[in-house]
Amino acid sequence: MHPKEWISVRDAGIYCHPADAYIDPLEPVSRAIITHGHADHARPGHHCVVSTKATLDIMRVRYGEEMAKDAVALKYGEDYQLGEDADPVKLTLYPAGHILGSAQVKLSYRGNSIIFAGDYKRRHDPTCEPFAVTPCDVFVTEATFALPVFTHPPLKDEIQKLLHSLDTFPERCHLVGVYALGKCQRVLYGLRQLGYSKPVYLHGALLNLCALYREYGHNFGELIPVSEVANKKSLAGEIVLAPPSALNDRWSRKLPNVRTAMASGWMQIRARSKQRQAELPLIISDHCDWPELLRTVKEVDAPEVWVTHGREEALIHQIEKMGIRAKALSLLGYEDTEETG
Amino acid sequence: MDAFSQLLDQLYFTNSTKTKSALIQAYLHATPDPDRGWAIAAIAGTLTFDFFKRNTVKKLILDHVDPTLFALSYDYVGEMSETVAHLWPHSINSDEPLPSLHEIVMQFTHCKKPEVPTLLTRYLSRMYASQRWALLKLGTRGLRVGVSARALKQCLAEYGNVDVSDIERIWHGLTPPYTDLMAWLDGHAPIPDVSDKGKALYSRTGDDISHSFGDLLDSVELNGRLDGELVVMLNSKVAPFNDLQQRLNKKKPSKRLMEMLPVHLIVYDALTLDGNTLTSLPLSERRKQLDAWFEGKRHPRLHLSEKFTVTNKDACVQLREHAITHPHIEGLMLKRLDSVYVNGRPSGQWYKWKRDPYVVDAVIMYAQRGHGKRSSFYSDYTFGTWQGDTLLPIGKAYSGFTDEELKKLDTWVRKNTVGHFGPVKEVKKALVFEIAFDSVHESKRHKSGLALRFPRIHRIRWDKPANEADTLDTVRRLITTR
Ligand SMILES: [Zn+2]
Repeated sequence: MHPKEWISVRDAGIYCHPADAYIDPLEPVSRAIITHGHADHARPGHHCVVSTKATLDIMRVRYGEEMAKDAVALKYGEDYQLGEDADPVKLTLYPAGHILGSAQVKLSYRGNSIIFAGDYKRRHDPTCEPFAVTPCDVFVTEATFALPVFTHPPLKDEIQKLLHSLDTFPERCHLVGVYALGKCQRVLYGLRQLGYSKPVYLHGALLNLCALYREYGHNFGELIPVSEVANKKSLAGEIVLAPPSALNDRWSRKLPNVRTAMASGWMQIRARSKQRQAELPLIISDHCDWPELLRTVKEVDAPEVWVTHGREEALIHQIEKMGIRAKALSLLGYEDTEETG
Repeated sequence: MDAFSQLLDQLYFTNSTKTKSALIQAYLHATPDPDRGWAIAAIAGTLTFDFFKRNTVKKLILDHVDPTLFALSYDYVGEMSETVAHLWPHSINSDEPLPSLHEIVMQFTHCKKPEVPTLLTRYLSRMYASQRWALLKLGTRGLRVGVSARALKQCLAEYGNVDVSDIERIWHGLTPPYTDLMAWLDGHAPIPDVSDKGKALYSRTGDDISHSFGDLLDSVELNGRLDGELVVMLNSKVAPFNDLQQRLNKKKPSKRLMEMLPVHLIVYDALTLDGNTLTSLPLSERRKQLDAWFEGKRHPRLHLSEKFTVTNKDACVQLREHAITHPHIEGLMLKRLDSVYVNGRPSGQWYKWKRDPYVVDAVIMYAQRGHGKRSSFYSDYTFGTWQGDTLLPIGKAYSGFTDEELKKLDTWVRKNTVGHFGPVKEVKKALVFEIAFDSVHESKRHKSGLALRFPRIHRIRWDKPANEADTLDTVRRLITTR
């Protein structure tokens, strides 16, 4: 049966009728399938949550052990049955390459299947498993950076920009705005990759998730909480990572001679960088850029594509030009938190 | 060219004036003539012609990119040069370094008009996004990197360790690429001699706008510096601001336009007169000297601002009431008699006392994404008032709400969309805005035949039913009442 018969968009989010389950719901529901741990996708208060083990652990770090009454951890590729025994819905998770634990959600019912890719990217990222191209009848894609103006440069180039600035302004404390989940760890990885071996200093809000990544085997070298540095003046010439909200906040005033950088895919647009008051915009994204979105749609090769949050008009236009049926699922509520981009 | 593009990028993203100045000075030290002079000209806005027209750029990009995708991208980015800089395909890989800024300026200066698109295409195709942005901004003279002409002069003064007033004095006699200026600042030559070289008109931000107002400048005989307000005057009467707008928009006005809309200057202050500097004198004294200077002379285009003496508050209120009965007068200026002349707008010295705005209740009809930092929000609203049971648009507003209200409005728009026209969303006719504005004019732009000046959202009336909004007739009546 075509997924349009059994998937609908409700106030609480995308709903699968025969499974009685929501995908990344916006409100507390009885059963939630969660693609990944970002706050606009994984919200607290559901009765039962189904996701990868890493995503469940991220939710526990953020919302406490009681983040849900019941939690089901699935491995990538493992089948899980929802709905009636006589009329089951099969749920399978596949890697999405977005952040640690991120998954595409595949639902199969009465001979047809749909994949919700959630947020995803195609760039190499050692902090999570790479996106798995998986066949389906309907592919549901995000559209965060779905305009041809968005082409993300290689991670290496952007980290190099930061190191170059450190050479030019050796007396200035380089404060880099990073989202706590995913972006922070990717920047750390990029720094180590380019041979930056000094300690990196972290805002308190970043510590727990870095510790969780470490439990999952990701080592980022020496990390020191800013709160443990007795003489803040000694941070001149060092790299400090902090969540974006702390960049122009009271917290950053104690740092010496700050040069503000911001790591986000939005930094490609000048006005966005200005808005963040970032003197050093670093274009580092955990989403697909325009060419990667098109490449993914082509490789997945589903006969029909639905587009969720973002700049859906452009993507739908382009997908239709490629001869694939496309429609917009207007979803409010995503992209309104600090974590997107 | 690469150094120039890097400088612009750094300036663009730097907030502090001090750091900006340091960046410019570092560039001036590291860059040879005449490149650095062209960079000064680009930042100061003193290049005298466009290398290419914005329209040429637009045509070229549409040869390379799907028009729908271009339109959506432009709508999102909000700015032509940046949109093109990102969209243009980097197709020529070349190991050769880009030519110098001077070479590029020369090539475009001497390029025959039909060959411009080819030349531009070649450069865009071998550049990276930020270099393309720099070239497009340079070529269309649209550079805004947050350095005012005045700040730049200050920076040059620091670089050369000279007095900024010396630079300001000679500035209008200098031309790009400023090799004589740089030789002086580097200590290799005496200060350039520009004595008695002509006249110039500067905007409030210190930009030289002489070329736009030749008619005014030609009429003036003066040894000194005056401050005043530009107006268009017809039959000895101040014309509507719309008329002046037409002149402000034209960098090189035609003779016909200058005759049709002659620009005059209402003079209200003097910085120097007949070789004497007046800036440190109190306003009362400066004005006395200005009055004396005006006495007995005929200035076809200069007019002394009217001054009024009032002795109590009531008289002052009355005076304002009287003043704003004039359709083009916004209110009164209140000035301290003991205020010295200071650049910019120092607070506490002079006050603008405007008329109260008009207010009408209008219904939001369409919404569009904002530009720049608001590009993810539906923040530009078209609103209308009733004629019978149809709404006719009377204006657009982008401001007057808090960030919190913007979020709420954005959600409301998304939830109440009833149709799309490209990037424009048509919304349910259900939400009332209290719109404040300064005046109403006849206009052919809107179907309603009316246009508002400076409309902004005064209040969002979540509580008010749309059918209780104002009628078009109510708005129209405001044209005549004042
Ligand atoms: Zn995400």
